[in-house]
Order: sequence, then C-alpha cells, then structure tokens
Amino acid sequence: MNKIEILKKGIIKDNPVFVLLLGLCPVLGVTTSAFNGFGMGMATTFVLFMSNFVVSIIKDFIPAKVRIPSFIVVIASFVTITELVMEAFLPDLFDALGLFIPLIVVNCLILGRSEAFASKNDTFSAVTDGLAMGIGFTLALTALGGFREILGSYSLFGYSFIEGDGMLVFVLAPGAFIGLGYLTAIFLKIIGER
Amino acid sequence: MAKKESTFSNMVLTLFLITACAALALAMVYNVTKGPIERGKIERRQAAISLVVPEFDTLVTEKFMPPEAADSLDFNFAYKNGELVGIAVQTFTNQGFSGYISAMVGFYPDKRIYDVVSLEHAETPGLGDKIEKDKSDWSDQFRDFDPTEKQLRLKSNRGDVDGITAATITAEAYCDAIDRAYKTLEENLEERHLSMEE
Repeated sequence: MNKIEILKKGIIKDNPVFVLLLGLCPVLGVTTSAFNGFGMGMATTFVLFMSNFVVSIIKDFIPAKVRIPSFIVVIASFVTITELVMEAFLPDLFDALGLFIPLIVVNCLILGRSEAFASKNDTFSAVTDGLAMGIGFTLALTALGGFREILGSYSLFGYSFIEGDGMLVFVLAPGAFIGLGYLTAIFLKIIGER
Repeated sequence: MAKKESTFSNMVLTLFLITACAALALAMVYNVTKGPIERGKIERRQAAISLVVPEFDTLVTEKFMPPEAADSLDFNFAYKNGELVGIAVQTFTNQGFSGYISAMVGFYPDKRIYDVVSLEHAETPGLGDKIEKDKSDWSDQFRDFDPTEKQLRLKSNRGDVDGITAATITAEAYCDAIDRAYKTLEENLEERHLSMEE
C-alpha cells in the first residue's frame, strides 16, 4: 500500500477519534486542556509507533490463539517504559500527565491497530500507520482539549485571554461529550463524509 | 514464514518468550531510570521544604505520630544560626476525591502557617488540581493563617477557609491534611526544638 495513502488515512479519512471513535477513554478523560491533550497524544503516538513496529516483526512467530495476550504484553511494556523514562527525564511533563500514562495500555486504538493493521502488513507500512494514527490522535486530542479549555477556562495552552472561571461544564465530563459531538460533526462536514 | 500453529506447547512457549523479553526490557529501563527518579523526588522534597519555611541553614528531620495515629509525619525543623525559624511538615490525607493527597506545610515557630505546597495528588485536572500553586492562587490563603485562632475547615463547614468551586471534597481534604500537620505540631513542639544548642 502507498505510504502517503496510509498517512492520509490515519490523519484524515480514518482519524482514530473523529471517524473510528477509538480510544475514547483518554479522549474524554484527559482533554481538559490543550496541553494535556497534546502530551497524551504524543505519548500515545510513541507507544503506537513502537508497538506496531514490534508486532509487525513478531507477527509470524505468534500462534493465532494467543495473539491478543501477546500484543497486550508488548503494548504494556512500552507504556511502562514511557512512564519510567518520562518520570526520570521529563519530570515536568510527568507531573502534568503522570496519572494518565498507564491508561494508554487500555486504549483500544493501540490494540486495534496492532490487530487490524500491524499483524497483517510489513514492518514499514506498520510503523507508517502507527505514526499516522498517532498524529491523527494527537491533533484530535489537542483540538478537543483546546475547545474545552477555551470555553471552560477562557485560556489556550495555559494563556488566559479573559478573566474569570469559564463555563465549568466544559471542564467536567459532560463537556467532553458535548465537545466531542460537535467536533466530530464539524470534522465530518469538512471532509465531506455526510 | 507461515503462521505458527496454535498447539499447546507453541502457545506456552510463545507467551513465555514474550513475557520474558518484556520483563528483561522493563528491568533494564527500570535500572536506568531508578537513579534519576529517586534524585528527582528528593530534589522536589527539598525544593518544597525551602518554599514553605523562611531561609535556613540547617535542617533536622524527626518523625512524629499524629494524634489519631495513622502514619507518622516527617517534621523538618529549619534552623538559622541555631535559632528555629520554621518547621516544614510533610502531611497527607486519604479523603481526597481520588484518595491520597500529600502536602508540605510550613509553620513559624509560633504555629502560624508560613506557606503550603502540594506534593502528590490524583485530583481531577482542571478542578481539584487547583490546590497546586502553579494552577491557581487558592492555596495562598493559608499564608499567615493562624490555626490557633481560626478553624482549618471550609467556610461551608463552619471553618475559615474558602472552598474551590466544584471541588469541595478536594478543598476539604486539603484542609484535613493541613489540620493533621497542625495538630501533630501542637502536641509535639517542645522547648528543646526552639534552638539547636542542647
């Protein structure tokens, strides 16, 4: 498959959040601000990239019946590595995201891509897909985080532009659903799916 | 290479190899990161102590049990030229919205609060994390707070502390942590602590 095609698919046509609606737990949970969304997106991109890479290499050695546990072990290892490295060398980012990093393990986007793509394609396609999906995920999380931060805290990336507390509902869980709903509708309108 | 068949021995062997590799990789990463993580924690603790007490030159750490005895608290007595200038108490509460919260509370020798910083918590981002100094100035109200005269409870609970909008439980828990530090201090601060000379 054409690599450009894979990239475009991951970011736009099969955007993991707005089109596939995968990994909604972190999408709804961490996007209280644009920075949190971005950081979570980057961490997920790293795990997605590495697990797609490893899964595409070991796919031929894994009996079909134990593939899911095998993939999960690979993913969980990379998540733990990310967590430890971040805590050791990027303590500031870890302070902001630390709680959510372990959540990446249960992000069905990563297992989904391992199962649906990496285990059926060659290594180069698999890492391209991991990267594309990761970028798509990061952009979506940053957009949703920005949307909620602007309305909920009247600021963007921590820079406040109106004094005051903002519309609290957008920081709380219901705001995540409302924001995701609207952004999904706008996104699909723009790419002309509906 | 063709896919391996799902025989019992194949499956056991594959899973064993994969988990063994994962364990090995994690052990290696853990070894590399252990040092920096530990150092970071100690540095952050030191930084927190110097935030909550006036300038000092010597630090003496002692452990005391809080009155309702759950776990001992670390008292860091800060001295300057042999005189006690402040006490940094590492305190905690389990009543947070997501459980455990730890904080460093600094007292003057006369038991007024110098300043408070949060160390660890799992409160809701955007709401409960307003207890952090760099997220909001909510915790500034504890500066010069005199617990011998005022109540370390929220105003809605007949106390003297302003709450956090939409995070009452977190604010209440934070007060609980500070109150625990204060009560322990009240019981254990003795004459001998006031200066370093014995």
